[in-house]
Amino acid sequence: MMTQVLSKSPLSKPSLSRSSPSSQFWLARPFGERATQIFLGVLLAALLLVTVLHTVVPQGSPLHVNAYTVNLFGKYLSYALLAVAVDLVWGYLGILSLGHGAFFAIGGYAMGMYLMRQIGDRGTYGHPELPDFMVFLSWDSLPWYWQGFDMAWFAFAMVLLAPGLLALVFGFLAFRSRVTGVYLSIITQALTFALMLAFFRNEMSFGGNNGLTDFREILGFNLRSNDTRLGLFLATGVALALSYILCRAIVSSKLGRVCVATRDAEARTRFIGYRVERFQLFVFVVSAMIAGLAGALYVPQVGIINPSEFSPLFSIEIVLWVALGGRATLYGAVIGAILVNYAKTIFTGVMPDAWLFALGAMFVLVTIFLPKGVAGLLRKRRRAATSDNAGTQEAIV
Amino acid sequence: MSLLQSLKARDRVFDFMAPDASPVDVRHGPILYMEDVTVTFDGFKAINNLNLTIDDGELRCIIGPNGAGKTTMMDIITGKTRPTEGSVWFGSRHNLLNMNEPEIASLGIGRKFQKPTVFEALSVFENLELAMAADKRILPTLTARMTGEIKDRIDEVLQTIGLVSLRYQPAGILSHGQKQWLEIGMLLMQRPRLLLVDEPVAGMTEQEMERTAELLTGLAGKQSVVVVEHDMGFVRSIARKVTVLHQGSVLAEGSMDQVSNDPNVVEVYLGADDEEAA
Repeated sequence: MMTQVLSKSPLSKPSLSRSSPSSQFWLARPFGERATQIFLGVLLAALLLVTVLHTVVPQGSPLHVNAYTVNLFGKYLSYALLAVAVDLVWGYLGILSLGHGAFFAIGGYAMGMYLMRQIGDRGTYGHPELPDFMVFLSWDSLPWYWQGFDMAWFAFAMVLLAPGLLALVFGFLAFRSRVTGVYLSIITQALTFALMLAFFRNEMSFGGNNGLTDFREILGFNLRSNDTRLGLFLATGVALALSYILCRAIVSSKLGRVCVATRDAEARTRFIGYRVERFQLFVFVVSAMIAGLAGALYVPQVGIINPSEFSPLFSIEIVLWVALGGRATLYGAVIGAILVNYAKTIFTGVMPDAWLFALGAMFVLVTIFLPKGVAGLLRKRRRAATSDNAGTQEAIV
Repeated sequence: MSLLQSLKARDRVFDFMAPDASPVDVRHGPILYMEDVTVTFDGFKAINNLNLTIDDGELRCIIGPNGAGKTTMMDIITGKTRPTEGSVWFGSRHNLLNMNEPEIASLGIGRKFQKPTVFEALSVFENLELAMAADKRILPTLTARMTGEIKDRIDEVLQTIGLVSLRYQPAGILSHGQKQWLEIGMLLMQRPRLLLVDEPVAGMTEQEMERTAELLTGLAGKQSVVVVEHDMGFVRSIARKVTVLHQGSVLAEGSMDQVSNDPNVVEVYLGADDEEAA
């Protein structure tokens, strides 16, 4: 036992100093973390593998990944991005948002508006400017807030700014009044429900309950072509990697530690001089923007955005993904989102009626047997491997 | 100065709005003066004509039966409660009655509450890091780097509070006494001039009490320390000067022996509780 421990002891050094804050530039810090390196490595390998299996491997081969599957994977990745956004506020800030679907949907609508304007005069009614549903409702001109969405840069900026602005106003009011805990969760739920009802109305000019659909092309690329689908899948993967790095950088900075301090003892954090509500607002807005980005990448891949994305049930489901994968790890959120949605695809194909029962059962089982989610299981195994030598290291020190 | 620069320097547009950055003036000896302070809650005088002076670098113990006004006195000094009458000065330059809680805290008055609250998920080291006096706005906090200077400062405080070997452990696993020390350490990170410590040894074991006594007596000299405590044995072990409060005013002041032989004190305080008199 002892020799085994001693032979391992050099390895244990980083595991001890890991909790020590580093002197690096804040955005560079995640690259030094083992978990982030593994995550980025696996993600990159997965993106490459799918690309190769889709393009290089011939169609007849059993290893070939068809366009439909690539599209499906792209959808999972955008859900994973959304889950990372939720984990940032729930895991590290302690804010259980049951309304993140709203930011996702708004990002999606911003992208949808751009895609609608790209159709131009090729719609069923052939109007040069108005989308079909507006012609159908006998509108004669574009509402002012549809202006500018024919320009890609403007629309893509709105993908981030619109959810960010909503989060800023909502968060400012909520955090300034020190609304936290269950009350905040209920208000976020109300927010997304109110938006769903609003977007259902035709007068809102977002296509009512049909939403926006029949998209043709994005940045000049045909949305129905396989290459565009692969491109969107890769873009989502890259967005996930970059957002993950940003979130890790925030979490591993001193600001991240202030967030954890706020989560565990808000009054105390205030007392040592941090303006807690501003930190909450900052992280909440960043999270909303990431959710908006996820929505914008989701919409061209599924080809439709309608008010059902605002439904409170969807927002609760996101929280389930994060809980299942493991809260406050970020990679757990990714694992959870992909696992649950993969299971959903399979179940709804085989036994559509059983899906909700399966989701419920999965949640109950994870809560009982893996209270820290799938990520907790991974961590436990790693800790078991390093705990022995960490102990001796301490004894030596 | 160019016009642009003068416009940018908005904190100087109204001189009276500029924060008072002048250092605490202790040339006359005392760091805290409380003069004729009275606080009335709905006609009840929680503090009644209180006069108290704390010297720079002094370790002072404040004792008194429940309801004597000890906590209210702390509240006045930290700006949580406003007195109905009287004046409170920090050094001979800063009038604490004109300042709010964060301003008083940044002037160098730290307060430790009875119940220890530390950030349990963070390590001991990180707890101290967060408490350190620094720019606490969002962007400076996001981009903050760990420098050698900060590390040395944290190490120094870790030495003082005796938690060096537990520096990377999460604060949640610390014992009650260790959490109290960590919290005192967090106060020290803010480099206070005056430390207000409320019942530091409540619920501690004998050894922990001894360690705490060493810690507090070690701090005196570098900063002024005011300790409010019920435990007479502990007060006897650390006090050089003791103030006895009773019904909102000072009943007696002096060394522990002087105070405990004072007939008034014996009557209202020590006599009232046999166990503590013994």
